Amino acid sequence: MIDQLLGWAIQILITLFALVTAVAYLTFMERKVMSWIQLRVGPNRVGPWGLLQPAADGLKFIFKEDIIPLEANRWLYIIAPAVSVVPAMMSLIVIPWGSEIHLFGRTIPLHVTQMNIGLLYVFALTSLGVYGIVLAGWSSNNKYSLMGGLRSSAQMISYELALGLAIVSVLLWTGSLDLVEITKSQSGTWFGFIPRWNIFRFPLGTFGFIIFYIASLAETNRTPFDLPEADSELVAGYHTEYSSMKFALFQMAEYLNLITAASIGTTLFLGGWNGPGVEQLPILSLVYFVIKVLVLIFIAMWIRFTLPRFRYDQLMRFGWKWLLPLAIINIIATATLLIFIR
Amino acid sequence: MEQTLFIIFAVIAVASALNILIQRNPLYSALSLIVTLASLSALYLTLHAQFIAAIQVVVYAGAIMVLFVFVIMLLNEPKDVPHIEKHKWLRYLAIPFAGLLIAEMFYALPLDKQIAFPSIPAEQADTAVGTTWNIGTALFTDYLLPFEVTSVLILMAVVGAMVLARREGD
Repeated sequence: MIDQLLGWAIQILITLFALVTAVAYLTFMERKVMSWIQLRVGPNRVGPWGLLQPAADGLKFIFKEDIIPLEANRWLYIIAPAVSVVPAMMSLIVIPWGSEIHLFGRTIPLHVTQMNIGLLYVFALTSLGVYGIVLAGWSSNNKYSLMGGLRSSAQMISYELALGLAIVSVLLWTGSLDLVEITKSQSGTWFGFIPRWNIFRFPLGTFGFIIFYIASLAETNRTPFDLPEADSELVAGYHTEYSSMKFALFQMAEYLNLITAASIGTTLFLGGWNGPGVEQLPILSLVYFVIKVLVLIFIAMWIRFTLPRFRYDQLMRFGWKWLLPLAIINIIATATLLIFIR
Repeated sequence: MEQTLFIIFAVIAVASALNILIQRNPLYSALSLIVTLASLSALYLTLHAQFIAAIQVVVYAGAIMVLFVFVIMLLNEPKDVPHIEKHKWLRYLAIPFAGLLIAEMFYALPLDKQIAFPSIPAEQADTAVGTTWNIGTALFTDYLLPFEVTSVLILMAVVGAMVLARREGD
């Protein structure tokens, strides 16, 4: 009992530490990718190649003055950043980062916990994450913040449907909500060279992945769907009034959600930690997983600095009239195909 | 372990449910309701009903309550007390209704004195009643007709909402 609790505590601490570091360096990666696309140099002053920039940013956030607007709802204003960061962190415990590794004479699976409702658990937590943004927008007592919060909740409810329906085709193929089981079902190859990843179940799996990826960009409030913080209309949206570490917590939640979305996409469609040589050298599975997640995150950044922002009515029309029907068609097609195959 | 978790979450659920009634600000009431729903979801987990627990959060706490909060924020907090006072007789009607519910509780409690946690061994937990597999199988075999009828009912509600929301001449 104590042994198990201690094991969980260590796993949770390691995951937490790795995630906070990853978030810090994602901000760095975002700025480097941005400057690369815009033909600039980007941060290069702090440390070699600017590698210590995240640490400098973190220190700066801590030492900035923490301002609470006079007319704000004090209690909700303080609690809102926590409401948005806690679900973002909690949802990452079910993600299988790799297969099992052998350390100190025992077998350690590279996921914090395995649940038979893993995917539903992630969805439940991401649906709670919207409250942080809504409360921040309302409690700031600022019209731009309120508009940002309202836009965000409307957008997240709309795209959650398409996101949920896009993964149903994967559930039909694997018959499990358990992320570890879903990963294991994608091991091996077809015809000896195509990996058995769901994205290669052409055309339906590829189609499902594209719907999932677009909807997940909208769920994580990234360009071209960053209406909640559209700088040109809303100053900074729901976090206009926030400063210091509270602002940093919102940024952290945003990057954690990006990691969650990329990890779920990797697990469901890109074969999770599967890859050549995983059986012989289990630590490779972790490397494969991180590479796949980074590729998905890079594409999200690439899209951010390439495409302009949607207009609000375009966003809603696209979500309800295109993405949602396409996701439903994908489910029907997959189910029909499965009836003929089995 | 389960007993401890039950006590913790039951206390949170009852306390936040009371808070819904005590708060005068509708937004605080709505937020307390979210806490109640989340702790009920934890109680479902102690009963090995994982699917119900997840759906409770996804549907009620995550979707329906967002709409509640949304509407309350759009209307903003009322500066004065809402006009409930118009129907004073409703207040006196509440007393017999509350008494009826309490009487029902006292009637129902002695019926089943063996209120205990379903003790399921760890290896059977995956096949318990509340898993996705079992609920899905039950819904699409034994309860197929009620399930489909419910979906028609919801479709009617959606069409009704569309008709009501549409302005003349659109």
